[in-house]
Amino acid sequence: MASAKSRYWIALILVVVCVPLFVKSNYVLSILIVIGLYAIIVQGLGLLMGYAGQVSFGQAAFYGLGAYTAAILATKCDWPPVLCVLVAPFLPALVALIIGRPILRLREHYLVLATLGFGILAFAAFNESIALTGGPSGLTGIPYLSIGPLVLDNDRSYYYVVWGVLGLVILAVANLTGSPIGRAFKAIHASEQAAQSAGIDTALLKLQAFVFSAFLAGLAGGLYAFWVTFVGPSPFGFTASIEFVLMAVVGGLGTLWGPVLGSAIIVGLAEFLRWGVPILLPKVGGEFEIVFFGIIFVLIMLLRPQGILAPGRPSGMSGVAVKEEKCSG
Amino acid sequence: MLRVNGLTKQFGGLTALCGVGFVAQPGQILALIGPNGAGKTTVFNLITGVLQADQGEILLANKRIDGLRTFEVAALGISRTFQHLELFTTLSVAENVMVGAWPRNRASFLRCLFRRPGMMKKDQELYNKALGLLAQVGLKGKADWPAKSLTFGQQRLLEIARALAGEPQVLLLDEPAAGLNHAESADLAAFLRSLAERGLTLILVEHDMDTVMGVADQIVVLNFGTVIAGGSPSEVQQDPEVIAAYLGKEDDEVC
Ligand SMILES: Nc1ncnc2c1ncn2[C@@H]1O[C@H](COP(=O)(O)OP(=O)(O)OP(=O)(O)O)[C@@H](O)[C@H]1O
Ligand SMILES: [Mg+2]
Repeated sequence: MASAKSRYWIALILVVVCVPLFVKSNYVLSILIVIGLYAIIVQGLGLLMGYAGQVSFGQAAFYGLGAYTAAILATKCDWPPVLCVLVAPFLPALVALIIGRPILRLREHYLVLATLGFGILAFAAFNESIALTGGPSGLTGIPYLSIGPLVLDNDRSYYYVVWGVLGLVILAVANLTGSPIGRAFKAIHASEQAAQSAGIDTALLKLQAFVFSAFLAGLAGGLYAFWVTFVGPSPFGFTASIEFVLMAVVGGLGTLWGPVLGSAIIVGLAEFLRWGVPILLPKVGGEFEIVFFGIIFVLIMLLRPQGILAPGRPSGMSGVAVKEEKCSG
Repeated sequence: MLRVNGLTKQFGGLTALCGVGFVAQPGQILALIGPNGAGKTTVFNLITGVLQADQGEILLANKRIDGLRTFEVAALGISRTFQHLELFTTLSVAENVMVGAWPRNRASFLRCLFRRPGMMKKDQELYNKALGLLAQVGLKGKADWPAKSLTFGQQRLLEIARALAGEPQVLLLDEPAAGLNHAESADLAAFLRSLAERGLTLILVEHDMDTVMGVADQIVVLNFGTVIAGGSPSEVQQDPEVIAAYLGKEDDEVC
């Protein structure tokens, strides 16, 4: 049993390690890096949605906060890049800690609106705080990530960094969901009242999941900043926030691999649309992508509301839960 | 010892409770009875901090606990079961009990994230403890079943096991015998007595009069939110006001 499990992990690690040996194209490598970055964000969001039963349409803001923090520390304070990546997630986590208490008191669509509003505010702040963020023209001159003499200035090495971090994140999330805390989250999901009566500080646990999700988004943001060595506001708008939710739902809430699969599917589709649509439908503009994702979202909700990897009925947001009582007899 | 004094609770224009007071002693079973809508569940909701009283005080071992939040009340050693079952239906039977043990086995987010050594061993011990509690209510064989696969009566017993897992001083039971057959009710009564003998304070809300009269040390009768009688089972049974307000009416309803 245990050895089968570790064999499965070793096989997965081998695949991830070997991919760059066969993939020669930088284009494909860069897509894999993006998938890895998003999967880190969606791991946190998946925990928030699938376990804590909350939703956030503001994750792109935390992603951006992490990216800007890392970029500012590196360019304006001359901190060593690795330190910047390690410190950057703490700012979004702190922001989540501060806004979390009042925001998480809201339920369902109010929570959606509040987090969406936070994301829009943050996006405006990225654009307007020109002295700090460079406004719409962004921050340039971010150095490459370097570990001692090793400079990670190519996609091949950066792929290993991002997927290595993703591996650690998956390990941490697996630890969490398989622990008494994971059980407590499931309990809150099933009956918040009974969980409180069992002595669980449900508001605190939800807040912890929210802070953790912001931390992971910030971690991805820091890694992003040192990969592209430029940070502007455009990747951190509310479309990105919606796509992260889409990735979490498509992959399957409450599953360990759903976030990776969801990120791969959505990033892959977006790339396909980018070069496929102009060929097939020359007159259609860039807004086609978001329309297409809207259609996917509706189809998933109709056909498989629990996502691709999750078995049975959805364990996700109570707001979108579908009541389907399957008889096992 | 749990003491409530002058509890008053209004819902809009409706006075659900008006000046309710009683004292529940360790080692004893206090039955809280009264017709539908009398305010029994509301008393539980006030004690456990689900609702806040408009007036009155609640004391556990002479310390005020009103104003505390639900999870804080639970941590002080007051557990409850629910009239309308509130099981963790996505968890197994044993896991339900393990969550109930939270007040004495609080887990930390960061420790779980990094899976500190010893954590999973402690969880295994918790599982074994849960098996022990399940054995006491006759559900040991179902430990690894989904909680929702249990019958209605078994789910009630599971709620009791979950409540006991927190090692409470005070146990509030809201109609635990509903859905149990005659033999099961008798088993339950015996089990509740054994809990009282261990020194627990029990407050029992129950419509099944055989169970109440057989098991209670003390009875408090509520009607329209006020206490109309209190005393031993035999005293209460002979109280004319109780017969008029409750027992007589109960007969009508049952027949
Ligand atoms: N949260 C609430 N909001 C409004 N009214 C409530 C609320 N909780 C209880 N009530 C009302 O207060 C009164 C007392 O209700 P309660 O549930 O305490 O009665 P009960 O004695 O437990 O009755 P039963 O035997 O039917 O369980 C009822 O009229 C009920 O409708
Ligand atoms: Mg009731």
